[in-house]
Amino acid sequence: MKVLVPVKRVIDYNVRIRVAADGSGVDTANVKMSMNPFDEIAVEEAVRLRERGAATEVVVVSCGVAACQDTLRAAMAIGADRAVLVATDAELQPLAVARLLHAVAQREQPGLVICGKQAIDDDASQTGQMLAALLGWGQATFASKLELSDGRAVVTREIDGGLETISVALPALVTTDLRLNEPRYASLPNIMKAKKKPLETLTPEALGVDVTPRLITVRVSEPAKRQSGVKVADVAELVRKLRDEAKVLR
Amino acid sequence: MTILVIAEHDNAALRAVTLNTITAASRIGGDITVLVAGHGCAGVAAAAAAVAGVSRVLLADAPAFEHPLAEDVAALVIALASGHSHVLAPATSFGKNFMPRVAALLDVAQVSDIVGVEAPDTFVRPIYAGNALATVRSIDATKVITVRATAFDAAPADGGSATVDAVEAPAGSGLSAFVSQTLSKSERPSLGDARVVVSGGRGLGSAEQYRGVLEPLADRLGAALGASRAAVDSGYAPNDHQVGQTGQIVAPELYIAIGLSGAIQHLAGMKASRVIVAINKDSDAPIFQVADYGLVGDLFDVVPQLVAALDAEPG
Ligand SMILES: Cc1cc2nc3c(=O)[nH]c(=O)nc-3n(C[C@H](O)[C@H](O)[C@H](O)COP(=O)(O)OP(=O)(O)OC[C@H]3O[C@@H](n4cnc5c(N)ncnc54)[C@H](O)[C@@H]3O)c2cc1C
Ligand SMILES: Nc1ncnc2c1ncn2[C@@H]1O[C@H](COP(=O)(O)O)[C@@H](O)[C@H]1O
Repeated sequence: MKVLVPVKRVIDYNVRIRVAADGSGVDTANVKMSMNPFDEIAVEEAVRLRERGAATEVVVVSCGVAACQDTLRAAMAIGADRAVLVATDAELQPLAVARLLHAVAQREQPGLVICGKQAIDDDASQTGQMLAALLGWGQATFASKLELSDGRAVVTREIDGGLETISVALPALVTTDLRLNEPRYASLPNIMKAKKKPLETLTPEALGVDVTPRLITVRVSEPAKRQSGVKVADVAELVRKLRDEAKVLR
Repeated sequence: MTILVIAEHDNAALRAVTLNTITAASRIGGDITVLVAGHGCAGVAAAAAAVAGVSRVLLADAPAFEHPLAEDVAALVIALASGHSHVLAPATSFGKNFMPRVAALLDVAQVSDIVGVEAPDTFVRPIYAGNALATVRSIDATKVITVRATAFDAAPADGGSATVDAVEAPAGSGLSAFVSQTLSKSERPSLGDARVVVSGGRGLGSAEQYRGVLEPLADRLGAALGASRAAVDSGYAPNDHQVGQTGQIVAPELYIAIGLSGAIQHLAGMKASRVIVAINKDSDAPIFQVADYGLVGDLFDVVPQLVAALDAEPG
């Protein structure tokens, strides 16, 4: 069984982002970019499935600018076998990505797609579920445990009140939560090997997908800053302030 | 405009987030219909019908909806969506699961996690863990939206008198099946609903200490317990306690952050709280930048002192 893993190139999670002065977006010039952390978890999970014989091939796919190649190479350094880049300079929103991934999935015919549960730039948490709907597949989002058996994926999901386990018929779509696994560090030899693995480039036009955005960004602004607070000397002062100033004690 | 709000509930009671979502719907303006899909949930439908501002309740009561599966809820919503200008659900693990399926099947964008309504087609939403706010306008015919509950007040639970109409549920897809559920049982309020949240991080050091130190304080304040990702990953607290960009978003009256550093991903989940208290032994910890009241000290000394001082308070 082939596993397809969509990976997104995003601003590294350690970077303190800056809102562009003209309100058009977020500054990305000279900013460190990395693979979306949830997608690293997705790649790791797919590679583990192959390592334990439950999958035969791991294909990673990224949609976006040419530099997404770096993200794809990073995924192949973790252990993915080959990569597909859907190259475009156009702004891509989740529905457009889902439609591109749908076209790629139709070519690749995977038995399982593993997405991240959310991209840490747009915080949309949509693409995987949209892709599942377009494919007509079942889905298991926010997975913290995944097992494959008898043509089904048995998935433990992190939900607001606790955990839920569902069983989904394959082919299926899974999205990863943080506790699914801890991705390995890519070793230097594996980074070198990844440079030689196959990377195919496609375009939205070649896939016949219209990626025109449906949401127009009117402006991007900085959130209101909290008033800076005070340090209190001790517990007695803290309780006094909470009682008399903040009035939060009952 | 006609707005369809998908209710979140546990078949016994409407979850409070539904009331916040109804308020977001009323900001958009127009007739509000609430869909209650569940099993043995007529009481929930009656509660939804009593919410101020709701004009109609649709009740889909079927065994298949006892534990709602994304494929089936999406199919039901699609069957009911025509004629509605907007479809809204809370941006919880419930709403986030099926709403993008609804959007994709309608071939429209979804606007995730809105915190403001500027116009019926224009919404404000946080991006980059809340470090930026995007104002976006949707050009689609149907707006599919998830709502950040903490950004909208709860609609009054009474004052309404909507009609309740039963609707037929489409046959289940059979693509997935519910197996089991483990819900954290607690006498405490849930994170999303609590007036006070006591949250602990890696500084607590162990599950025993997390409970031993934080529970007396939470008990005294009637608080929910929260946690940083590091505390959850280390096994001090269950996953549903995680507050942050990828955990739960909370905005209580009082948030007490104990032994957690205040990483941006954590701040994303709590910085809209009304009053923030931080207790940390590192005076440079970033949590102090958002705290109204910061106390530098060892939590193992300070928290028991705080419990004793609160016990000495009148009332
Ligand atoms: C994709 C992604 C998503 C994430 N999502 C989330 C999320 O949703 N929520 C979240 O919380 N994190 C999230 N994180 C993790 C986040 O980046 C931090 O790693 C995490 O919040 C750190 O947890 P902490 O503050 O408990 O631990 P630390 O950063 O290790 O801080 C521990 C603090 O405890 C203090 N301390 C230690 N001992 C004592 C003592 N005896 N008395 C007083 N103070 C003491 C220390 O001074 C320190 O400040 C995410 C990370 C990634 C990459
Ligand atoms: N441009 C992209 N290329 C490849 N995969 C993507 C892209 N955008 C989103 N994804 C996938 O969809 C997941 C959720 O993204 P989002 O819906 O934007 O929060 C990510 O974790 C990726 O697995």
